[in-house]
Amino acid sequence: MAEVALNHDAAVAAGPPKLRRRSALRALLAQPKVVFAGGFIVLLILLALFAPVIAPHDPLDQDLLSGTLPPAGFAGAQPGYWLGTDDLGRDVLSRLIYGTRVALTVAFVAAFAAALLGTVLGLFAGFYGGAVDAIVSRLVEIWMAFPPVLLSILIVAIMGSGVRSVIVAIAIIDWTRFARVVRAETMAQAKADYVVAARVLGFGRLAILFREILPNVAPVLLALVTLEMGIAVIVEAILSFVGLSVSSDTPTWGGMIAQGRQIIYQAWWVFAAPLAALFATVLAFNQLGDGLRRALDPVMQR
Amino acid sequence: MTTTLLDITELAKRFPAGKPAGPIARLRKRFAGGPEKLPQVYAVDDVSFTIAQGETVGLVGESGCGKSTLVRVLTRLLDPTDGGIKLGARELSHTPARRFARDQDRKRIQMVFQDAGESVNPRFTAFEAIADPLRRLRGLSGTNLRHKVEEAASRCGLPLELLTRFPHQLSGGQRARVGIARAVAVEPDLLVLDEPTAALDVSVQVVILQLLQRLKRELGMSYLFVSHDLSVVRLLCDRVLVMYLGKIVESGPARAVFDHPLHPYTQALVAAVPSINEHGHTRLRLTGEPRSPIDPDPNVCRFYGRCPNGVDRCKTEMPALRSFPGGREAACHFAELTAQ
Repeated sequence: MAEVALNHDAAVAAGPPKLRRRSALRALLAQPKVVFAGGFIVLLILLALFAPVIAPHDPLDQDLLSGTLPPAGFAGAQPGYWLGTDDLGRDVLSRLIYGTRVALTVAFVAAFAAALLGTVLGLFAGFYGGAVDAIVSRLVEIWMAFPPVLLSILIVAIMGSGVRSVIVAIAIIDWTRFARVVRAETMAQAKADYVVAARVLGFGRLAILFREILPNVAPVLLALVTLEMGIAVIVEAILSFVGLSVSSDTPTWGGMIAQGRQIIYQAWWVFAAPLAALFATVLAFNQLGDGLRRALDPVMQR
Repeated sequence: MTTTLLDITELAKRFPAGKPAGPIARLRKRFAGGPEKLPQVYAVDDVSFTIAQGETVGLVGESGCGKSTLVRVLTRLLDPTDGGIKLGARELSHTPARRFARDQDRKRIQMVFQDAGESVNPRFTAFEAIADPLRRLRGLSGTNLRHKVEEAASRCGLPLELLTRFPHQLSGGQRARVGIARAVAVEPDLLVLDEPTAALDVSVQVVILQLLQRLKRELGMSYLFVSHDLSVVRLLCDRVLVMYLGKIVESGPARAVFDHPLHPYTQALVAAVPSINEHGHTRLRLTGEPRSPIDPDPNVCRFYGRCPNGVDRCKTEMPALRSFPGGREAACHFAELTAQ
């Protein structure tokens, strides 16, 4: 009976590393929201990379004679200015496209930096327990007691404005999210039989932590990084809004929102366009993160 | 006589019971005076036995009797509190468990776990799972490694096409074969089997047990077979150890122990196995809870309170493990009477 089962399975067999990746990919693509969210983020990346080619105008080009032009389709709109212009006559669409550069740079770099810091601390806390865990856990608790926005403003104020300070601020504030989740996940994984088995097979603790446990924590981590990217986009926008991000001659969504707020009664689109972009981007990151979590979780997959 | 492979002498493992006191409580206690003595769980208490080369020894006992702790101590995952673990001529109990991972004798003691679905890393393919110990413990790589992995897989009846699969893409029986192949790949002297078939369907169990029998013959390993399936132990094992609350209460040739148990606990275990031709005699049933393993009274028999023939002597004198004809041992004041 067992032989029959074996032969049957063997007949079905295909190259499994591929098979596994494909099955995870299939689970991902089966979710429409992942396709849309992922597609949207790919589009944003392309916009950021090819901004000079795609943008119809120079985002800094002022033309006071054609200030506060409404978007296409509204009365008084001028061709070539699809989303209208701001009070200085700068093309809103072009500024929006250039704004993706800062947004995405911050999203990717800051999320990875926060993930790196939080994951390492979380892995050690969850695996070694005891004093290591106590120190990391207390640190996380203290950290979370700070109001995040005020803390980030403080960090940027100390370091000086600029993309680098924004990234450092986000990493320093948000590593706790990763530390908490990775710690809990590591604790759960560390109790698994495969960890005991690895010890019998002669592996030391560090090898077990990084070779055996980390790959099993990775799916959760990947989802969390994606969610963190959405958060990073928001934090960058907040810091731009209060004027603490990059200098004002680089277009950012937060900066545009701040500028649009002042002229909202004359030109609402200057305010609405970056807000919509921000909203869509954060939503896309969140949906993608959620989809990744569902598709990569080995338990859910089974 | 055959040569002894594993010699366990007066092995003990005690754990502090409950949570260790925090630093403040400890400080307060120190200032309040008095020695700091935490209650202890006697998980394994004064256990001695040997396993000969090529022998299969069964270890039976109920959940919580210390089987798993004993296994973890002698596979050198835990450090014993007391006693010796001698593998061949080498005393292993002095090497801390943490350092034993890199020890040259690590490969001599291997283990097959209860559920290969959990003991094989879900992120590793079958090939990687089997290759891991070979790389680590035998330093193989390249074609040598591939060759050895394939040899181990085919020896364990795992089709080579399945080597590229992940555990969740294999059936329960195939996973069990991966778990076994991984353990025997490094050709250990002692293989500890922790209920290797408990997670399997009955039909697959038989196949896996036959595989284990064949592997033992081919590779000349010794087995320590932990199980609470008495019929399997009786079928497979040369000798059996019966454990109760951290102590070995009876040992001897499997057949003799199960046919004529000397200790009342063994009698109850045997009676609990359902049999087809039962002649309507009333089964021996145990009542009550086991005694607490926390700081047990050294002068009271561990089985007292649940034992059907407990008398006053049983709570004033701990019965010693004594030898009986036929290579048997039992720890009961009445074993001599039963033996007659």
